[in-house]
Formats: sequence, C-alpha cells, structure tokens
Amino acid sequence: METEIIAMYAFSIIHMFVGFALAPLMIGIVNRTKAVFAGRTGQPFLQPYYDMVKLLRKGAVYSRTTSWIFRAAPVVGLACAVAALAIVPFGNAPGLLSFEGDLVFFAYVLGLWRFFLVIAALDTGSAFEGMGASREVQFSAMAEPVLFVGLATVATLTGSLSLSDMIAGLSLPLAEIVLVAAALFVVFLCENARIPFDDPNTHLELTMIHEVMVLDYSGPDLGFVLYSAALKFWVLGALIIGITVPLDEGLPVWASCGYAFLGMVMLALLTGIVESVMARVRLLRVPQLLAAAGALAICALIFSMR
Amino acid sequence: MNLILASIAVLFLSSLVSLAVQGKPRIAGILGACGSVLALGLGIVPAVQALMGSQFAPLAFASSMPWLSFSMGLDPISAIFLVPIYILSGLVAVYGTGYMKPYAEQKNTAFYWFFYNILVASMVLVCVARNGLFFLLCWEVMALSSFFLVAFENDKVEVRKASWIYLIASQLGTVFLIPMFILFGNQSGSFEFSSFYNCLTPAAATGCFILGCIGFGTKAGIIPFHVWLPEAHPAAPSPVSALMSGVMIKTGIYGLVRMITFLGMPPLWWGMVLIAIGALSGILGVLFALAQHDIKRLLAYHSVENIGIIVLGIGVGLIGISTGHQTIAVLGFAGGLLHVINHALFKGLLFLGAGSVIHQTHTREIDHMGGLIKKMPITALTFLIGAVAISGLPPLNGFVSEFLVYMGSFSGITSLEAETAMPLAGVIASLALIGGLATACFTKVFGIVFLGEARTIQLDHVQESPASMTVPMIILAFSCVVIGLSGPLVVRLLIPEVLAIVPISGPFVFDPSEWLVNISIVASGLVVLIILGAGFRKFLLSRRTVGQTVTWDCGYAAPFSRMQYTASSFAQPLTDLFSAFLKTKKHIKVPADYFPAQASIETHTADPSNERVYRPVFAQAVGLLSRMRALQQGRIQIYVLYIVVTLIALLLWKLR
Repeated sequence: METEIIAMYAFSIIHMFVGFALAPLMIGIVNRTKAVFAGRTGQPFLQPYYDMVKLLRKGAVYSRTTSWIFRAAPVVGLACAVAALAIVPFGNAPGLLSFEGDLVFFAYVLGLWRFFLVIAALDTGSAFEGMGASREVQFSAMAEPVLFVGLATVATLTGSLSLSDMIAGLSLPLAEIVLVAAALFVVFLCENARIPFDDPNTHLELTMIHEVMVLDYSGPDLGFVLYSAALKFWVLGALIIGITVPLDEGLPVWASCGYAFLGMVMLALLTGIVESVMARVRLLRVPQLLAAAGALAICALIFSMR
Repeated sequence: MNLILASIAVLFLSSLVSLAVQGKPRIAGILGACGSVLALGLGIVPAVQALMGSQFAPLAFASSMPWLSFSMGLDPISAIFLVPIYILSGLVAVYGTGYMKPYAEQKNTAFYWFFYNILVASMVLVCVARNGLFFLLCWEVMALSSFFLVAFENDKVEVRKASWIYLIASQLGTVFLIPMFILFGNQSGSFEFSSFYNCLTPAAATGCFILGCIGFGTKAGIIPFHVWLPEAHPAAPSPVSALMSGVMIKTGIYGLVRMITFLGMPPLWWGMVLIAIGALSGILGVLFALAQHDIKRLLAYHSVENIGIIVLGIGVGLIGISTGHQTIAVLGFAGGLLHVINHALFKGLLFLGAGSVIHQTHTREIDHMGGLIKKMPITALTFLIGAVAISGLPPLNGFVSEFLVYMGSFSGITSLEAETAMPLAGVIASLALIGGLATACFTKVFGIVFLGEARTIQLDHVQESPASMTVPMIILAFSCVVIGLSGPLVVRLLIPEVLAIVPISGPFVFDPSEWLVNISIVASGLVVLIILGAGFRKFLLSRRTVGQTVTWDCGYAAPFSRMQYTASSFAQPLTDLFSAFLKTKKHIKVPADYFPAQASIETHTADPSNERVYRPVFAQAVGLLSRMRALQQGRIQIYVLYIVVTLIALLLWKLR
C-alpha cells in the first residue's frame, strides 16, 4: 500500500515535469490542426518551443512609461501558473499539493495572475492595451461564477472538496458530467483566449483581448508570458480531462496518465477544430455565451442535488 | 478590564486637552494623536488576552437613572472588534498628524482631534457596553462625533449636505434599535445584556431579528440602507473615512452578532435572509463601485460589498447552526469575522492611500490621475497590496477569510438537503462573481491612478507623502501580508469567539485552522516561486541589451497621455452590461462636422435606492409635515395659548 502511495506522489512530481515539458506542445497541436483545416502545411509541432527559446535568449525593450509593475507581471504570472500546475491532478495521480479546498485556491491563483496581467497592460498607457485589459476583466468576471458552479456540481456529486479527490471520485458517465464539461469547455476557451472569445492570430485589430494586452512585451518577458499561457492551457485542460475521462481506480498510474495525455491531445485537436470552423463572436455576444454556459452549469448543479 | 477603562479615560482626556490647546494646532495634533496611540497600547493587551481565552470579570456602575447602569464586560466577541478598533485608530491618528497639517491654517484642527478621540472612545464603549440603554447612549455619541468629523470641512455645500444625509440615516437606524431594545427589556424585565439570553418568545425573536437587521444594517451599510456611505465618505477627511469604513461600520456587524447570541436557536430562514442580504449588498456594492470615478466614493461602495461578504459568512454560519452542522457553522462565522479584521486592515489602508493621493493631487477624480507610481512609490506599493487583498486574491489576507466562507458553503452543498444546499450554492456563485468584479474594479483603480501617464494633473509638484503618513500605511500593508501567510494562527485565535456564538452540543471536533495550514504552505510557495522567477529573469537579462522607447501605439506618431484608457472607459463594458441596475446617465457631445473641434462625454451613476426609495419617502414626509406649519404661527400669544391648553388638559387628566 505504501509503495503505491509513494508511486502516486512520484507520478504527481513527474506530472509537474511532464506539464512543464509538454504544455507548449499542445499549442503546437492546436496551430497544426488549424493549418491542416486551412489546407496549409503549417508550422512544426515544436514551433512554440523554438519561439520561447529564442525569446529567452534575447534582450528586452521597455516603454519609458512603464514601471516595475510591467516587469513583475510576467514573473508573477509564471509563478501562478506553476502553483496551479502543482494543484491539478492528472490521470490517477493526485496533484502534488492536494488539500481540502484546493479548488478555491486554484481558481484564485489564476485570478492573481489576471490581476497582474491587467495592471501591466494599463502600465504601458496604451489605449490598445487598456482596451484588451478592460475586456479581459469583463469576460473573466463572468467566467468565474461558471467555473465555481461547475466545480460545485462535481463537489456535490462526489462529496469531496479537493480537486484530486473530486476527480478520483467521479465514475459514472452521468448527464451532469456532460453539462459540466460543456460549461467548463466554454470557460476553457474563454480563459485561454481562443475563438470564439478571442482571436490568438491577430495582433493589431480591435478584436483581440489577450494578445493585445501583452503587445509591449519583448525578450524573456514575452517568453514568460507565452510559456505561462501554455501552462494555463495545460492546467485548465487537465481539469476538464479529469472530469470527462473517468478512469478506473484499479488502473496503473502510468496507464492512467497515458490516457489523460491522450485526452489532452484530443482537447487540443478539438480546440483547433473549433477555431477552424467558427468565427469569433461579436464582443456584445460574449456575455450571452458565458451566460449560456452558466445556465448549463446551474442545470447540472440542480440535477446533482436531486 | 481596567486597562480598557484606562484607555477610554486616556481618549477622553486627550480629546479635552487637545481642545484646551486649540491655539496651537501642532501641539493639539500631537496630543490628540498621542491619546489614540496610548489607548492602542493600553487597550490592545486585554483585547488580545480575551481573544486568547482569558476571562474578565464584568464591571458595573449604578446610575441614578432608571434602567440604566454602566455595566461593561469583555468577551471574545467584543475583543474581535476591539482589536481592529484600537489598531486602526492608533495608526490613523498618526497618519492624521501629517494629513491635517495643511488644514491648520484655515480650520481649527483641535476640533478634529476632539471628536476623533471621542469617536474612538465611543466605539470602544459600544463594544464593551453590557446594558441596552448604555449601549444606545454610546451608539449615539458615536453617531454624533462621527457626524462632526464628516462635517469637518463645513464651509463646502456638498460636505454640509453629505453630513446631513449621514446624520439622518444613522438616526433612522437608531429608530429601529430602540424598539428592539424595548422588546428585549420588556420580556426580560431588565436592560442588562446578561438577562437577554433566550428571553424572547419565537414571535418576539423574529421581530427583534428584523428590527436589528435594519437598525444595525443601516450602520453597517447593507443595501438598501447604505445611502449614507457613498455620500459621507467622499465628504469626510480621508483619515476619518478610513476609520469609519474600517471599523465604525463594523459596530453594526458587532450589534448583529451580539443580537444573534441573545435570540437562541435561529430558524432556517434567518440564515437565508442574511445570505440574500449579503449577496445583494456584495454584488450591487461592487457593481456601483465599478461605475464610480470618484476614488473615495468608489471605496465607499466597496465597503458595502465587503459588508456583504461578512453578512454572507454570518448567514452561512446561521444555516450551519439551524441544521446542526458544526463544520458549516464554524467555517461561516470564522470567515465572516476574520473578514471583519481583514477589511479593517485593507480598507483602512486603501482609504489612507487614497488620502495620500488626494493630499498631493488635490482631486478625487480617478480619470484625471495617472503615473503616480513614479512620484509616490510607497503609496503605490501599499495601495497595490491593499488592492490585491480586497480582491480576495492569495497570498494576502482577503483570500483567507473568503476561503473560509467558500469552504463553509462547499461543505454545506456536499452534506445538506437540496433545499438548504441551494442558498449555499448561491453563496458560492455570488462570491465568485464578487471576486471577479472586485478584480475588475481594483485593477481599474490601481491601473488608472498609479500607472500609465498623468492625464490632466501636473506631476511636477507631486511628491511622496511624509513619513507620518506612509509609515501607518506600511504597517497596515505588512499586516495584510502577515495574516495572509499565517492564516491558521489567526484562525486559532478566532475559535473561542466562534464558540461564543455557535452553541455546540457535544465536543468541539472541527478545527478549520488545519485546512488553512495548506493554504499558508501554498501561499508561501507562491511567494518563493515569484522570488525565484524574478531571480531567473534578472539572470537572463544580465549582460544583455535592455533598451527604452515609447509605448508601441501601432505606428501612430504622436501618442499623448489623453489617448490612454480612462477609468470610465475601462469599466464601460461591465457598466453597460449591468445597465439595468446601474442606470448610468451619459451626457455625450458627439464630434460634429468634418473637422470636429470638440467632443465630450460625462457619466454619472446615481444611487437608485436613494433616488427611488429615500427621495420619494422624504418628499412625502416633508409634504405631510408642512401641514404642521399651521401650528407655528410665530405669534407669542398663540404659543402661550398652547401652553395654557396643555396645562389644563394635564390638570383634567390628573383630576379624572
């Protein structure tokens, strides 16, 4: 028994490193999927790695308007992403730091990251970045309750209060889980700034949110920002995969991690497909989309309380 | 207990002394501030001892008035409110010596210090009073002394108007408290708090609960009784706002909690009512804050929001008591009461920071500011800590108390029946929405005031505030960090206080501090990660070219500071989305012709409960009361006639 627990924690630590290593690959898969849909060859799967390494080796240019806030934000963001990665479970391996109530910490540590990203955007004094920051806080303020109601549903179904126990406790493919997964997928697309909320391809249009907020970053700072965004994709993805892919508890940990990784790849493919077949919705429609996700989550919660 | 009495005596003495030396404002200020600081040193000792579980014998002095006795006591419930009162009033007094200096030439600052120390003393007395009449007496002294502080700059019309609104609102609140105490006194036969416990019939208890919610809720600032907050706070000097928002409104919460302990077993719907009130105050409070562009008005609405969070916690706790779930009750009350302390620290800090900014820029308009971080680094850093803390984000103290309320609700939905679990699910969703909106609001305030370029103010004359103002802010910011990282220790201090409220049958088994140990570990880990990341970044950038340039504005050749986003434009998507509640009025002058020379937009968000509830009611009242003018002829003969008629009537009544 003890060896099994040790093995599990070993996998939790390994998951941290797997997450560190493979998170940018998911972005590569999304981009490649989009390229294939558009009939292009597309960039190599490893392109995000090349970009980040190149950025880390460069110098930096800062606006004279900015202060230390602008320089601190990428570091805070990276730390928050790592903290979130340490909490989220993967396959049968619990999160490295799993405790009662870690779901609240998980959501709020992502909130801390957003706080700093937004004030860093305002620090540049640019109207474009202010615009992106304004939209970011609007959409995330609406996505937050959806995330919490979704997690509350899973908590009610399993009776546990830590992400790892919650996900381990889920077994049956229930109607509630389908609803929660749909709601969380919308939150996932919103938080990761993907279509239909935000267009990660554009830099200089008035449509985008996340990309415009980091417009003034260069060099290692931009590398940090891109890498933390990839980690965020990974942690929120791992959460959805954990809820939607119920794994038998008897499964060896390595096999469950393998399934979870396959799930992540599928999620990246799905994201790429959504981006290829959909257009970005009008900004005024975004709150309606999030409200619809909220309605799904609330239905799931009501069903789970029967 | 003697030390508490000594601190009250010191406060009264120093208020009189500062009045006596009113010719020398400098000395009056120093003596006045000394009073509060000395009271802090004296009073904090027994308050902390009471929190640690020491018992204090109650004190009572008889009086010649019937029913009234000056009885006082100190228990954990009082102590939890006394600690922030002493700490904040001492720090704010030190800040006040710097802040009030420019006023000394035009105004008699001795009056400020006189009323300031009276206010502090009356808040302490409210928390230790153990007699209904004595409590009301202190309650009124508190209301009046704070009224005079709000009206300090009474040469301005808007200040006079705001202070009247404050006075009337607080008197209206007291109108509901008097019948509540009469009900208690009537049923128990005495006005002593010790006789109040479980003295009421269920019907009378319900009546008291409703009266108390309105009466104490007016002081605390729950919606729709919050109308005085956004008026009084911008009008008052900043240290007064900090003290009123940080601790004075909490006396309303103290009253509510104290009343709940008298009422015995709560029915389930009380908890639900409090949750509804809390959610409404929390969400609407932060929405209205988002629509403001006066920094102090904005912070005042955030007090409404945070009182909402506290009331949510108490509501969760009451549901826990009613359903007999110890875990839920302990988590709810611990979260709500810890938020009382936390809000005192970060809201005090934010008002002091706002005061420091106003002191330098002479404006409260956020949209005029910008770029202050370069001139006022300490104010900016401490304000940032306050902003992160009030948004409830880790690793600071706001997160710890919100976490407890979240966990109370989460353990409720996993263990209760659907009918009782649904309101708790509502608590979770409301807290999440409040958190998201608070982040929106405080990124706006910090980003627009301190970052970017100055919009219309001149930065040349702006400099960091003197040490007397920055040191209190640093201490408050530091304590936000300490509580954020040492949650379990602080919550362990709260346990006796929670036990005084929650009637626990059987052994006390649940200790929420165990959960918080993990929070402390991950929060500290987060800090370590940030430091490591900063080191890594520094390493990467060393020996590389780091250039400086202008902000990239998409190739536009002549960017200037007026092109930046403003607080109003930043909040516009959210205020438009919730326009059904906010009813923001816009006055737009659109650009005309081919070469437009002028355009302007002005927004104003009035308070609907003021516009639609209070104003019509008062208009009606004035209409009715003006008929009474017929009695006031202004002729002495008629008044003499009134006296004679009254005397004859009394005589006949006596003879009957």
